[in-house]
Amino acid sequence: MKTSRFFKDRLSPIAAYLLVGLGAVVMLAPFYFMFVFATHSRTEIFNLPPPLLPGNDWAFNLAILTDKIPFWKSLGWSLYVALASTALTLVFCSMGGYAFAMFEFKFKKSLFLLVMGTMLIPSFLSMIPTFMVMDALGWIDQPRALYIPGAASAFGIFLMRQFISASIPKDLIEAARMDGCSELGIYARIVLPLLQPALGTLGLITFIASWNNFIGPLIVMRSPEMYTLPLALRSMQSPVNTEWGALMTGSAIATLPLLVLFVLSSRRLIDGLTTGAVK
Amino acid sequence: MKTPSTSPHRWRLTADTVPYVLLAPFVILFLVFGLFPLGFSLFLAFQSWEPSAGLNTMKFVGWENFAFALEDEWFWKSLRNTAWLALVSGVPQHLVSIPLACFIHNAFKRWRNAVIGAYFLPYITSTVAIAMMFSSLFSTDYGLINQGLMALQAWLPWGTPQAPTDWLGQAENIKPAIAFVVFWRYVGFNTVLYLAALQTIPKDLYEAATMDGANAWKQFFYITLPSLKPMIFFGITLTIIGGLQLFEEPFILTGGRGGTDQAGMTTAMYMYRTAFEFNDFGTASALSWLLFVVVALLTWITNRAFKPRGGGA
Repeated sequence: MKTSRFFKDRLSPIAAYLLVGLGAVVMLAPFYFMFVFATHSRTEIFNLPPPLLPGNDWAFNLAILTDKIPFWKSLGWSLYVALASTALTLVFCSMGGYAFAMFEFKFKKSLFLLVMGTMLIPSFLSMIPTFMVMDALGWIDQPRALYIPGAASAFGIFLMRQFISASIPKDLIEAARMDGCSELGIYARIVLPLLQPALGTLGLITFIASWNNFIGPLIVMRSPEMYTLPLALRSMQSPVNTEWGALMTGSAIATLPLLVLFVLSSRRLIDGLTTGAVK
Repeated sequence: MKTPSTSPHRWRLTADTVPYVLLAPFVILFLVFGLFPLGFSLFLAFQSWEPSAGLNTMKFVGWENFAFALEDEWFWKSLRNTAWLALVSGVPQHLVSIPLACFIHNAFKRWRNAVIGAYFLPYITSTVAIAMMFSSLFSTDYGLINQGLMALQAWLPWGTPQAPTDWLGQAENIKPAIAFVVFWRYVGFNTVLYLAALQTIPKDLYEAATMDGANAWKQFFYITLPSLKPMIFFGITLTIIGGLQLFEEPFILTGGRGGTDQAGMTTAMYMYRTAFEFNDFGTASALSWLLFVVVALLTWITNRAFKPRGGGA
């Protein structure tokens, strides 16, 4: 009797904490080793036992990396595409969300259904014709092929609509209109400033999605000079002789900005990414 | 002050026209990059065409592409691979994330966000970085995973030392390795979904149950699980849809070719290769529609399985 209580009240919570903690270690360990390996040469990585603590070959690895691939250029493209994609998405989605939240107009219901319906279209279905559209437009190897097509995303429009309906009173818009504020003025000077928290969330999500995007550039970026970071890193992979140290350095540099963003805003990001599910 | 007829700004937007202007970007982008490609993909599925030979070599072939795909051994193989991966990576995601979410919900206060963050982090990390990370960890002779397993075998009294496992090279090991990476990547996302659902369960339900003498297990099975049902349905639907479209993880982990004996080649990957490696856009489009039918069918079946029958209202 006594032992069973001991098991139930004392030991089982401890065991559960241990399991959750162990799980968290399993989740984080690959990141840890990515950063550790980034500071070791290839021969050191495959030593017995493998390195468990940071080394000092970071600069050496970076030299290999910049020698094998146009690393800084790719980093630049990734940053450029992510920023352009974020800016354009914020404008288009806030516009769409504002229209659905604040206006009554013909075809509103069917248009909203259409927006939501686009979320159901699996991306693989339009992969091939998207390539052909880009080819026809002359957008192969053009960064705009990466940041324009998805800029009015259903997810973003939905997120904006939810936020506007919940937090901006219709009377405020009416009052501004009565006072002679132009429609553009209402959007730019009243809606956008009030929308800031939601814009921050959507901006973060868009930036991260663009930064990580792999299939998009895989389809449209054909010359190595135009590769974004994920494509460039993948191009270093070879059946023999992969420069693991340099590759880990590159992966670590590609992951670092996201880690910083995540630590600063994990709550907001997680809430934003799961809004569709909860509301 | 508005004086519509004499306004010098006749182009000025009014409340009637402004919603259409606001939605114009969505409509234009949807038509060009959404609807048109979709329609064109359906059109292509009935054409025989090699893109390098120019647009005018396109030829209508009826259902031939579909017939070819349905008799293609690699298509069925890729479909079996996809189903295997979706199942083996998907089921554990939910079996782990439901209890995990309950425990985090009940037992963590101060460390809550840090723990959730740790489990969620893989979800927002680039697939390429993840795949590269795991490729080095899975490496046969000196990879950390094999080192760890061998150390474990040497330490356990009943363990027998074995040769290191060739994770990404040998056909029978490729799928388990990929499934683990996919599980690792999405388990945190599901946990967060379930945590959100747990917060909506009224506390007094548990209080009443405690008063009635129901123990923790009973409360889990009679209150928590039934309340989570809608989220379980949603989560499983997402896992099925995502799992059947699996592309990036196996693509990068197997170097784009599906690995030994195509053991890691999913249907989405096969479609990509058919188009961009074998230059057969018609068959590739037919493949994508076949996969779409599978996704739609399975989503429908899940829907039927979870929704109460006969409209209980």
